[in-house]
Amino acid sequence: MKKREFWGRFRRNKMAMAGLVLVLGMFAVSLAAPWLAPYDPSHIDLKAVLMPPSPEHPLGTDPLGRDVLSRIIYGAQVSLKVGFVAVGLATLIGLIIGAIAGFYGGWVDFWLMRLVDLMLCFPSFFLILAVIAILEPSIWNIMVVIGLTSWMGVARLVRAEFLSLREREFVIAARALGASDVRLMMRHMLPNALAPVMVSATLGVAGAILTESALSFLGLGVQPPTPSWGNILTAGKDNIEIAWWLSLFPGLAILITVMSYNLLGEGIREAVDPRLKE
Amino acid sequence: MSEPLLEARHLKRHFHLTGAWGKGPLLKAVDGVNFTLYEGETLGLVGESGCGKSTLARVILALLPPSQGEVWFAGENIFRLSSQRLKKLRRKMQIIFQDPYSSLNPRMTVGRILEEPYLIHGMGSRSERRNWTEELLTEVGLSAEHLDRYPHEFSGGQRQRIGIARALALRPRLIVADEPVSALDVSIQAQILNLLSQLQSKHHLTYLFISHDLSVISQVCTRVAVMYLGKIVNLAPRKVFDTGRLHPYTEALLKAVPLPDPERPFTPPALKGDPPSPVHVPEGCPFHPRCPEAQLPLCRDAVPEFRETAPDHWVSCHFR
Repeated sequence: MKKREFWGRFRRNKMAMAGLVLVLGMFAVSLAAPWLAPYDPSHIDLKAVLMPPSPEHPLGTDPLGRDVLSRIIYGAQVSLKVGFVAVGLATLIGLIIGAIAGFYGGWVDFWLMRLVDLMLCFPSFFLILAVIAILEPSIWNIMVVIGLTSWMGVARLVRAEFLSLREREFVIAARALGASDVRLMMRHMLPNALAPVMVSATLGVAGAILTESALSFLGLGVQPPTPSWGNILTAGKDNIEIAWWLSLFPGLAILITVMSYNLLGEGIREAVDPRLKE
Repeated sequence: MSEPLLEARHLKRHFHLTGAWGKGPLLKAVDGVNFTLYEGETLGLVGESGCGKSTLARVILALLPPSQGEVWFAGENIFRLSSQRLKKLRRKMQIIFQDPYSSLNPRMTVGRILEEPYLIHGMGSRSERRNWTEELLTEVGLSAEHLDRYPHEFSGGQRQRIGIARALALRPRLIVADEPVSALDVSIQAQILNLLSQLQSKHHLTYLFISHDLSVISQVCTRVAVMYLGKIVNLAPRKVFDTGRLHPYTEALLKAVPLPDPERPFTPPALKGDPPSPVHVPEGCPFHPRCPEAQLPLCRDAVPEFRETAPDHWVSCHFR
């Protein structure tokens, strides 16, 4: 219906298009990693330790002689996986809780929203750190923990949408026809509440990637030898005075990725609701 | 007169407004309403905005629970039904809304919108449903080619026709039309009103027709109920409106109907001020602060009874 209109507005936004291209580029890179990477990311070459960028190693090597370019390319897979699974989980939880709160209102709404407030009270990064310190740090644990601590924004958005949709006449008409609660929510309200959720999910991917990098940097995330941008940076920190390339390139990868998801998210927001443009 | 189809008894719907600290004042949107709808008639319901018309409509369709009172539809108390019985009953009573822009789901095609009633009640096969939706569209003056379009591709009048088709889908006996033409141009209003009366005679429908526009009401209705601050203050056959001794509020409303006659001398509005807030309903007769005929202290102290002053003519006023 309004897809063409949406795409028309989106396309005119140059920054958003740049974000979209970069995001798609990152998808392509992580899918094509085995063909793109010049070396095996775990291949140790002790004769080529901490080599500066050169034709053989375009982004240099790390303290074990592994090729940084290859590790960054494989690291993109980790970031993408964490970003999407964690945000998928957060969005699913947020949708369910927000939908129930907004649809039923009353004390159900009251207590679910107090749960949201409670969850928001925790500084989530330290909560994640504590949980990961108890569980063993693995990519699955990280994804689940990030997902379980970042659904509150989506829940609030969906609740607000549902509260106003509940009073809309097409919803009341469907109720008058005898539609069940599930049908009202799934067929009539949810499709009309998804636009802000998409925006928040896109921005959430950026946040999740950043959190994963930070955890891996602290050694509580993805464990070596699996490459991740965060744990490449850890090696960079130890050698920052002699090997600048170990910090700069994974740092740039994180910067560009997070920025492109933010640009994409903002672009979707503006294309969905042009009034927000100013 | 024919058989009663729907009967509202002592119906009340109050809302607790939420203040900053818990429960706020009580808003009496519908406050003790009694009326009977007879099979095949069109009962008009008029009143200023905020008098509780729409709330009443939603309560009698069991879309809002009442605070008190009963609604009987075809011999059943609709608030006492199990959810399955209520779902079955919903096939017999439908609603048409005022705003043709928010009454259709923007993300469904017209075909899906019209098919949904059948899906909800598990009726027909896919091809049967397709046939039924096509029939519905032709019945309201649209055609099968419109099935795959989205609501925003239609004009206001066409969208209102789609809303009517949806209400007709399950072959109801009662249709509550909540200001069905108030959002439309005058020329389109007439078309929609004609369509509604054609459908009424074809399907033997009963209408509860809500409007704030007495000229529309007098075109289509057999009886008229006038609502003021959550109460029906006057209920009479339409003919009586031209001759009878009406409630002072009804008389004021009739005087306020604009006539297309530029030569007519200007008459000052018969009523002063706005209706009081339904949160602070005046003591005694709720209309007395604005009534040109009010006599203190009687009107301030005593609530007038809702009495039958002439056959089928009910008024709540001390002086009628």
